[in-house]
Amino acid sequence: MIEVWYALVDSIFPFGWVEFDFMKNALLAVLLVSPIFGFLGTIVVNNNMAFFSDAIGHAALTGIAIGVLLGLGDPLWAMLIFAAVLAIGITWTRHKTGASVDTVIGVFFSTTVALGVVILSRGGGFNRYSNYLIGDLLSISPQELTLLVVALLVVLVFWGLFFNRLFLVSVNPAVARSRGVNVYIVEMLFSILLALIVTISIQWIGILIINALLILPAASARNLAANMRSYHFLAVMISIAAGLTGLFLSYQWGTATGATIVLCIFILYLGTIAWKTVRSGWNKHRSETDRVKSTTDHKAG
Amino acid sequence: MYNRENCNENCAFCCTRLENFGVSIGGNVVLYDINLHIHCGELTGIIGPNGAGKTTLLKAIVGELPFTGTMSFLDGKGLRTGCPLIGYVPQRLDFGPGTPASVLDFCSACISNIPIWLVHSPGNRRRVKESLARVQAEHLINRRISELSGGELQRVLLACALDPIPNLLLLDEPVTGVDPRGLKIFYDMVSALRREHDLSIIMVSHDHQMISQYADRIVLLNKTVLAEGTPTEVFQNQCFVNLFGQQWNGVYHGQEAATAIHHPE
Repeated sequence: MIEVWYALVDSIFPFGWVEFDFMKNALLAVLLVSPIFGFLGTIVVNNNMAFFSDAIGHAALTGIAIGVLLGLGDPLWAMLIFAAVLAIGITWTRHKTGASVDTVIGVFFSTTVALGVVILSRGGGFNRYSNYLIGDLLSISPQELTLLVVALLVVLVFWGLFFNRLFLVSVNPAVARSRGVNVYIVEMLFSILLALIVTISIQWIGILIINALLILPAASARNLAANMRSYHFLAVMISIAAGLTGLFLSYQWGTATGATIVLCIFILYLGTIAWKTVRSGWNKHRSETDRVKSTTDHKAG
Repeated sequence: MYNRENCNENCAFCCTRLENFGVSIGGNVVLYDINLHIHCGELTGIIGPNGAGKTTLLKAIVGELPFTGTMSFLDGKGLRTGCPLIGYVPQRLDFGPGTPASVLDFCSACISNIPIWLVHSPGNRRRVKESLARVQAEHLINRRISELSGGELQRVLLACALDPIPNLLLLDEPVTGVDPRGLKIFYDMVSALRREHDLSIIMVSHDHQMISQYADRIVLLNKTVLAEGTPTEVFQNQCFVNLFGQQWNGVYHGQEAATAIHHPE
């Protein structure tokens, strides 16, 4: 399978920077991760879940620590289970108390990070795990790419089946309820999905910046989009464009890929704000001219 | 006035009955000991001071909040039926000012599971257009929902709540943001729909003048039912006087009411 991709890249991207296999892998990873995060971000931003996803990202540290304690060679399973449990816990608490969960998340968040750091730093060995903090996209293997393909498919299927319900819940839970949507189940499923995807991507993107990758594309798209279709289209396009540019620049500069991508999205974000400002200024100007014109016409008439 | 005998076979649902109905949130009793019968074709207005639990009552009926006691739905023959179809018009929507969702997005999401981020089927688009036309809001179909005025949003929400035509319609009137003219249009519309479709309507209202003109029955709520009856009965009730400081002298009509709202003292 992966050979097909290599051949494809060689024929369409005859550039020096993709001649190595690890760059071809990274390129495919960017093309898979960007749409995943573009999609998930749309609802994360709509539902003000930025803090939630950040907490889940940081909880990966504790997941790794649990994996180490259990003596697992690859801590991914421990990370996934821990993230899912945390997501269920936070969503359950939110439904039980009905109040804002920022404080609850804040409490869990710092405690889990502290716990993870304490376990991992035993005997001064934390440096071994520091690559989880900034991530290493260039180290992704073909097997891991398969995992990302599965993740993208899962997100697409979930979006196809549940998006309308998810959207209604984000707009007004009581309206969703009156349309027969089980609000609790839908929120729970989305939280778990988000937690799993974030955790899978942590090792390549990095704990410190994964949230930016989730929030920035959707936040930029909001500045331009008029409906849900353009919102999704723009979020995914911005995410992919910044992903490719960031990958290229990180190769040129020898910088961490995830962080470089984030900087690229941020520049696009600034661009969307500028565009929005210009457009609203222009609309205002136009409507004023129209009004002046119609008043003049009226007087003339 | 509406004639109960018009209640036909389509109206498989003729009474909503709340018995010993109560809601507690996080250990606080918000509503207790509520007994209400709501008949089809009847507009029941819920009034009460701030924090009386009016919105909570609607949310509990929808199923968004857990309640104690019983809620049952009886059909015309007095037999228990399953869940009624409930249409709910909230006070407002929860999303931020910049949310990129069009009216079409929202209405389609209400009626189908075809993902709105991908495509709007022609059938859905037509259906949404028809239901918007019912509330004279066809022209809003491609507008961003976050840019609508209070009155426009209220009509769009009503259009969605009426597709499909529910058995029980719950309306939570916004406290602010709807101009008096928009309010009058809204009340007229609701009143006409009630007659046309034999709806049971429960409407939380903040405007005593308007609700007294349109409601068949008024329920004065403050954590429990303080008074219920015709508008005149309730507005002259001592509990109403105690809560709102003055007795309601009769009922305003037509132009008079509109004038009174346009020029408050």
